[in-house]
Amino acid sequence: MTKLHPGRLATLLTALVALFLLMPLIAVVPVSFTSRRYLSLPDGKYSLRHYQALWEDPEWLSSFLTSVQVGVIASLLAVALATAFCIGIWMLRPRFSGLMTGFVLLPMVAPPVVSSLTLYFFLKKLSEWNSLIAYDSLGGVILAHMVMIVPYAVVVVMVSLSQIDRRMDLAAQSMGASVPTRIFGVILPNIRFGLLGAFFLCFLLSWDEIGVTLFVTSVETITLPRRMWMGLRDNVDPSIAALSVLLILVVSLLVIARALLLMRKERAAR
Amino acid sequence: MRAYLFLICPVLLFLGGSYLLPFLGIMQLSFTDPEPGLGQYSHVLSDPLTLSVIWRTLRICVIVTAVSVAAAYIITLLWVRGRPLVRSLTELCIMIPFWISVLSRAFGWMSMLSNRGLLNTWLKDLGLIETSLQLTRNEFAVIIGMSHYLIPFAVFPLATAMRNVDERVLTAADGMGASRLRIFWQVFLPMTASGIIGATLLVFVFSVGFFVTPALLGGGQSVLIAELIYLWIFQIPQWGMAAAMSVILMLAVGGILVLLMRRYGEMAK
Repeated sequence: MTKLHPGRLATLLTALVALFLLMPLIAVVPVSFTSRRYLSLPDGKYSLRHYQALWEDPEWLSSFLTSVQVGVIASLLAVALATAFCIGIWMLRPRFSGLMTGFVLLPMVAPPVVSSLTLYFFLKKLSEWNSLIAYDSLGGVILAHMVMIVPYAVVVVMVSLSQIDRRMDLAAQSMGASVPTRIFGVILPNIRFGLLGAFFLCFLLSWDEIGVTLFVTSVETITLPRRMWMGLRDNVDPSIAALSVLLILVVSLLVIARALLLMRKERAAR
Repeated sequence: MRAYLFLICPVLLFLGGSYLLPFLGIMQLSFTDPEPGLGQYSHVLSDPLTLSVIWRTLRICVIVTAVSVAAAYIITLLWVRGRPLVRSLTELCIMIPFWISVLSRAFGWMSMLSNRGLLNTWLKDLGLIETSLQLTRNEFAVIIGMSHYLIPFAVFPLATAMRNVDERVLTAADGMGASRLRIFWQVFLPMTASGIIGATLLVFVFSVGFFVTPALLGGGQSVLIAELIYLWIFQIPQWGMAAAMSVILMLAVGGILVLLMRRYGEMAK
């Protein structure tokens, strides 16, 4: 039985779609080498000044550090909360577990702008009480990012819990293991790759987060996407082209490396 | 039962306190600010300027959804059914843009379409145009940028539907002498309809609350609902209006999501 493969017309159309998808990523490259101060193509003169600016400007560096800090802390806390929740649901299978899971997934499905407004409102109110978790503070951004990434962590941890064998936990229970022993000795070691995946996904989401960040920060706490936004909104700064080229390069290498790894695994499996 | 409290409650309390409660606060604002009653809602739904923004958002979102789902269908077809090499290549074309930040992608389109961008420079070099075409700061750029962002999201439900197509049905149609085109139109396309509906609803839901790409590529010339809410908060503070608009948006998206779940619930049966 031979599989029917798509024909020439489909291949041609796909090539057009692929070109559309990759075009803007390629268009950034020449712009990043322009010698001018505004968005333009280099006319004969190539320059690395925008890459240099990226490296030397302390503002870009401080935004980079802010983003890493927010990403790591928000992801760790979000994964911890999500893992506790998922294990609780998995072990106890309580009533209304569907309803509770639905509630936890809410920030993922609500329109981002509504979440942004909600979190802005919340942090403004908190600012009246304290300055640690407040509007335009590191704590505030971390809290806002946690709200947005917790649902994704829940999804990833749920999936990896659904793949482990419940009988292992039952065996531990029947031999008298306490609840903490079952969690730390049996369940957590079995979902460690899921937890790692959840952390990685959360970090990426926080690293790229811009919609909510725009609402909850102004001049004090500036993440990397927020600084990019400022550079794009007012006067387009070609440093952003340089930064985009670097980000695109990293993502492409990671995606290609992952594809190669999977291909190798498949071949080994055959 | 103690485990129950320690494990399940923290996240419920966290989201209850920092998401649900403030959202209820927003709802309250929508009925009370600046004056109690339904005034904010009736204003949002009768003010010509606001209405024109709502219509523009709907129009752009419908176009973007159609473009994204059509483009995604074509590329998914090759990703799922192509030969191995083609499959890996299309996968890269889908995954690389998917993981790149929305800002870099919007900036990519700015570099492509702006007055001194790639496209205008090429067209000038070829002698096809004298002066630069105005390709950014309009609806065209918004549609291009949003479609580019949303195509990868449309790919996933379509891929699931295409993978579930029973190969034997296609072979049977082929064996009975149907042409390739006919197999596609009368067998394959109807069998993947559920994926098309899923992708359409998903992309539409994502597109109505979209903020970053329209704000950057529209350049203030084609304001959509999300940007209007932003303006109502940070430029001309009108909390009640922003809150009312958010509640309307939430209800609309909630309605579409219920439809989506019904649809998938029925299929699961």
